[in-house]
Amino acid sequence: MGDSARLLAGTLDLLILKTLTMGVLHGYGIAQNIHRLSKEALRVEEGSLYPALQRIQVKGWVASESKKTPTGRRARYYRITAAGRKQLASEEAVFQRSVAATTHVLRAAES
Amino acid sequence: MTLREFLGRLAAWYRRDALDRDLAADLEAHVELLARELEAGGLSRAAARTAARRQVGNLTGLRERSRDAWGFPGFEALVRDVRFAARRLRRDAGMTFFAIVIGGLGIGASTTVFSLCDALLLRPLPVREPERLVWISNGTSENLSEQTAQVANLEAMVERGRSFEGIAGFSPFYGPGDIRLTGDGEPERVTGVPVTQTFFPLLGIRPEAGRLFDQDEARDGAPRTAMLGHRFWVRRFGRDPGVVGRTITLDGVPVRVIGVLPASFDFEQLFTPGRTADLFTPYPLSPETNRRGNTLALVGRLKPGVTLDAAQAELTAITARLPAGRTGDTWRNAMTPVVGPLRDHVSGRFTSALYVLAGAVAFLMLLVYGNVANLLLVRASVRRKEMALRAALGASGRHLRRQMLAESLVLCAGAAALGIVVAVGATSLVSRLQDTSIPLLSAVRVDGGVLAFTIALTLVTGIGFGILPALQAAGLARPAALADESRGSTGGLWSGKIRRAVAVGEVALVCVLLAGAGLLLRSFTRVLDVQPGFTTDNVIALRVDPVREGSTTRERRAYLDQLVRAVRGLPQVAATGLTDALPLGDNSGWRRWSVQTPELPREETREIEPLVRMVDAGYFATLRIPLRSGRAFTDADVPGSEPVIIVNERLADALWPGADPIGRTLTAGGTERRVVGVAAATRYFSLDRPAEPEMYMPVGHPGGFSSVDLVVRGEVPPATLITDMRAALRRADPSLPTANVRTMEQLVDHSLFARRFVVLLVGAFGVFGLLLAALGLYAVISYSVSQRTQEIAIRMALGASAGGVAARILRETGRLAVAGVAIGLPLSLATTRALRGLLFGVVPTDPVTFAAVLAVLGGVVALAGYLPARRATQVDPGIALKPH
Repeated sequence: MGDSARLLAGTLDLLILKTLTMGVLHGYGIAQNIHRLSKEALRVEEGSLYPALQRIQVKGWVASESKKTPTGRRARYYRITAAGRKQLASEEAVFQRSVAATTHVLRAAES
Repeated sequence: MTLREFLGRLAAWYRRDALDRDLAADLEAHVELLARELEAGGLSRAAARTAARRQVGNLTGLRERSRDAWGFPGFEALVRDVRFAARRLRRDAGMTFFAIVIGGLGIGASTTVFSLCDALLLRPLPVREPERLVWISNGTSENLSEQTAQVANLEAMVERGRSFEGIAGFSPFYGPGDIRLTGDGEPERVTGVPVTQTFFPLLGIRPEAGRLFDQDEARDGAPRTAMLGHRFWVRRFGRDPGVVGRTITLDGVPVRVIGVLPASFDFEQLFTPGRTADLFTPYPLSPETNRRGNTLALVGRLKPGVTLDAAQAELTAITARLPAGRTGDTWRNAMTPVVGPLRDHVSGRFTSALYVLAGAVAFLMLLVYGNVANLLLVRASVRRKEMALRAALGASGRHLRRQMLAESLVLCAGAAALGIVVAVGATSLVSRLQDTSIPLLSAVRVDGGVLAFTIALTLVTGIGFGILPALQAAGLARPAALADESRGSTGGLWSGKIRRAVAVGEVALVCVLLAGAGLLLRSFTRVLDVQPGFTTDNVIALRVDPVREGSTTRERRAYLDQLVRAVRGLPQVAATGLTDALPLGDNSGWRRWSVQTPELPREETREIEPLVRMVDAGYFATLRIPLRSGRAFTDADVPGSEPVIIVNERLADALWPGADPIGRTLTAGGTERRVVGVAAATRYFSLDRPAEPEMYMPVGHPGGFSSVDLVVRGEVPPATLITDMRAALRRADPSLPTANVRTMEQLVDHSLFARRFVVLLVGAFGVFGLLLAALGLYAVISYSVSQRTQEIAIRMALGASAGGVAARILRETGRLAVAGVAIGLPLSLATTRALRGLLFGVVPTDPVTFAAVLAVLGGVVALAGYLPARRATQVDPGIALKPH
């Protein structure tokens, strides 16, 4: 188990969208995926996940349909839309720029 | 928010129940999957389930946060607030009702006055490029007929002027209803306005049908043509475009209709308010029309960039250089042109009155604000506990503020709705006013611009209403307020002193308004009591003068005789008469002649210019005008027999004071006449204008008449009489217009119209002010009582009686009222002096009126103080003993 890290503010949507580029998932699956892909550092709270899913669905970045889960229940499975892919690209670019800029400042202070 | 998100939220809102169910299902699935994983990690099924559930956490909060994505939470919160506010306001129904009524009346009045100002002062005139149009008058008289210029002067100005694109005009010397329209349909009297050929092109008017006058038609002796005014075209010809090219018969002469004016151009509203303009005829500019003297009212269009002063200077120079008097064939009157913007001529003289009206309404609005804000503050202070409790339960200051603002928004919306209804009603009434000399009234309406004003006003009102209570509410979100019994936190901005001063001011204002309204009302009743000098019972009148062109005096006299005979033969007719000046009627009857008598020197008689009346033998008997001495005319008094004359009492007293005028001679109109009778004086112009010296001559006199009314008194009420009379007259002359029969009662009523309107208007303001003052007093006293419950409780605990407590409150109310009256009474005595011109039969300081005003005020004040006083007596003395 890696060190747990804090989910940076404003990045939840980004992570959800990225996860969904890898497949169609339900809410639990998304949380699992993020946890796994972050080398078990990030844990997404259900209390943040589901409201976020509703938000980005209303914005048209993801779409959902009802499917049966492995346990036999019905749940909504989410997939990313074309608009969502565009949003992902732009948000990822913004994120990278912020990270780079912040890193520059930190690096500079050290030397 | 993008459009996509907006649509997404909207769709989600519609499906929110389904989405909610899905979410619940999702969460169940999530729990299940999580539990399965935990179970795989070693926990028992039950423990795994419990752990899974615990991890997922507070479902309720989760679901609520998810719901924020469905719909528009901010908006929904507002709707909730508004709903709650409405419920809350319904509980305080009395205050809500008053606030909405007062606010609504104030907004309605303000909107109406704004609409009036908009139509008269702001909106551009309905012509092309109105800023470049000017009015050119001859001299500076107010009277339209004295501002006219001569054709020769117009032609000179057009020829030599460089500042103008053009100058045109119309002749204001036409009589309303002078022209008889016959042919298809009911014969009718119409009004025709002569205009120069370039008049309509100058104003940029494009005909709705047909075309404008061309140069050939505007020549002497050209075949007769006419253009129809829009309203006339709709009324008489039912919007039939086929009327263009058709011939109509005017005064027996065929006239070809060449065009119809558009609805957007209303000649009478612009130039001659109060006088209809049915059709227009071309007025030639020729030596013939020049000979008639100063006949044209002029409008000019300045070239772009030319200033008013430049144009004025140029015209003054041109007319100064022209030779006056006779030169060869033509003759020219001197002229002093005065150039001013057309707008000023049309509505300029009403500007100051409108400002006064706007000021009055604005002032009233301020009082409305003050009153309602007061009421709301009183209410807010009463709700202190409620606010504090809600704050303790978790409502933020911001939330409470939003709540108070929502309440004032609901109040405003209600007031605005009522205000718009009032304004629409009032503006439609105003726009329908006829027979007034106020122009452009038909343009008074609630349109986009006016509505924008109303909305802006309402928003300002809402903020004005809401700010203070909202601030107060936020300040009360402190736990200390719960415990704090006595002192309110409304100090500072709106201290009790200011509130009291406003209440006193309102009482003073009401004093003035009621005094004015009372005096006007008394004047009105006095006017109603005036004896006009003639009877109005079962008397009707119809204009019957024959066409003047192409007939001799004898022919006209014979025609009138024929009509009189036809009517006299009817069984229900008691008497008939003819007159060229019907009292209180619509013909002008201004004609005056100078007279001479052998007894008095010319200088003295020159001052007395009696009004001239042409009547027949039956006139006095028909209107039951008594003859003080002598006789009425008889059929023997025809042209050719001895010239006779009847004078009225006023004239007799002026010319032969104390002596009997019968048999004396009087020279009038160049002929020496013998006085055969003295008639009683009658009111002519209006009931409140005293009778003037008048002299009567038999209708056959060559002096002539412009219009003649046939007056008929019947044994029966007018309704049946009118139908029978019409039928009889139509048999005698089918081309006689008989539509416009008036009863004398109608004429009397009509003459009272303006006065009645003013009484109603001032009365309405007075009642409104009374309402405001009552509420203002109520609010102040009520607040004071609510502040002093502790003190009152102590007094009662110490033995004061309920009656004593009530008396104190009433005394306090009385003190405020007395202060108001102390200011208001002298103020009203000063201002009613300004009303002197409008009063009749009462002095501006009429004691009866003022006594009534004081009585009304006293009653209202007592009422305003009664409720708080009663509330004070219901205070439980036990409060004084409770610890806190």
